[in-house]
Amino acid sequence: MKVLTLNFLTCAVKACKSTSTSFPLHPKDCELVSDTIEPNALLILNILPRIDWNALITTASELGFPTLPALPPTRDELESNEKMMSELHTLLLETQISEGSLVCGNCGHEYKIKEGIANFLLPNHLV
Amino acid sequence: MLPTPSTSHVAFERIYEPAEDSYLLLDTLSSENEKLFLQNRFRAASHSPSPLVLEVGTGSGVVLSFLNAHSEVILGRPDVLTIGIDVNKFACKATEQTVIVAQQELTAQNLSHGFYVGNVLGDLTSSLKAGEVDILVFNPPYVPSPELPSLPLGEDSTQTSFEDDSRLLALSYAGGVDGMETTERLLASLPEILSQQRGCAYILLCAQNKPDKVKDGIKRWGAGWAVETVGTSGKTGGWEKLQIVRVWRTDVK
Ligand SMILES: C[S@@+](CC[C@H](N)C(=O)[O-])C[C@H]1O[C@@H](n2cnc3c(N)ncnc32)[C@H](O)[C@@H]1O
Repeated sequence: MKVLTLNFLTCAVKACKSTSTSFPLHPKDCELVSDTIEPNALLILNILPRIDWNALITTASELGFPTLPALPPTRDELESNEKMMSELHTLLLETQISEGSLVCGNCGHEYKIKEGIANFLLPNHLV
Repeated sequence: MLPTPSTSHVAFERIYEPAEDSYLLLDTLSSENEKLFLQNRFRAASHSPSPLVLEVGTGSGVVLSFLNAHSEVILGRPDVLTIGIDVNKFACKATEQTVIVAQQELTAQNLSHGFYVGNVLGDLTSSLKAGEVDILVFNPPYVPSPELPSLPLGEDSTQTSFEDDSRLLALSYAGGVDGMETTERLLASLPEILSQQRGCAYILLCAQNKPDKVKDGIKRWGAGWAVETVGTSGKTGGWEKLQIVRVWRTDVK
């Protein structure tokens, strides 16, 4: 699954949903693979306004990517900033998590990722 | 007619094989009426954010792959994000492959496609953050059954026995009371899951689901919501007469 997916996922445990620490989930021991994807500026520009930037900053730093600026670039800034565009291209479009786990910052539950599929099925005691 | 994605690699002994219901979804989503609705709602006018399309219960991946492959024709824009969820891990793997095969064919022909972020193994929308999904599609397990098969618990066998396979297949069609137990849970999650501005959902129902009662229930959600039948299998009139209902937020800015 693409790193971008982490911007949409949260802990599946009901009681965690309302806590701010259940998002984003924290990658742990993750293996990354990189697809080669043609530049797609339109996609990045139009993803930008729907991204939770603070969550992306956390995800990027936890996965060992270059530190993102504290505030998201504006559309115009991004259009004229090739370096930023290419960093976001790599992080959001090209990088996949193939193995590892995602950990909830509230309850500590680990969701395993195998062959690129994260498993959010809960064990009985958490359902 | 837009081409249907190939699912020839899929192991149908444990994954739902595309059937009349799947094809009704494809036909409905690519009908002139729905293209018009979706393009009015999502066209890239003044840089609106890329829509997120979620299919719950992707099975072979035929529906999600179709939406991903034809996003420009259907939604009027190629910058569409797609994500799939299924409770069957084999279905998740199969969907990934179905989507990627179709994408490669399109790329080879220099045609656009959406951006597939991946599949998640999970129960309905329980793993998703609130308010992110713009278009949700669900072809549920809708056949009435004495009981609902229990969900897998994420236990880790990669080897599957015959019983495991038949349980996974049962999960793809058995819907409990009125065939509605799983669909009811999904409907109840829509107000939380669908985006405030643009959220809409396409859900398949069969005659035994008592579709009129289901639609009346949604109408009682009150102002800001609408529901309408936008596709039917019509012709047979048999016990499995199918329809697609569209549920959508009406207070779109
Ligand atoms: C009728 S099949 C539809 C498959 C495919 N979308 C199609 O149209 O051909 C229903 C799918 O829903 C999945 N499913 C059943 N219960 C589920 C649940 N609680 N959460 C997620 N997926 C579920 C099944 O595994 C199956 O793949």
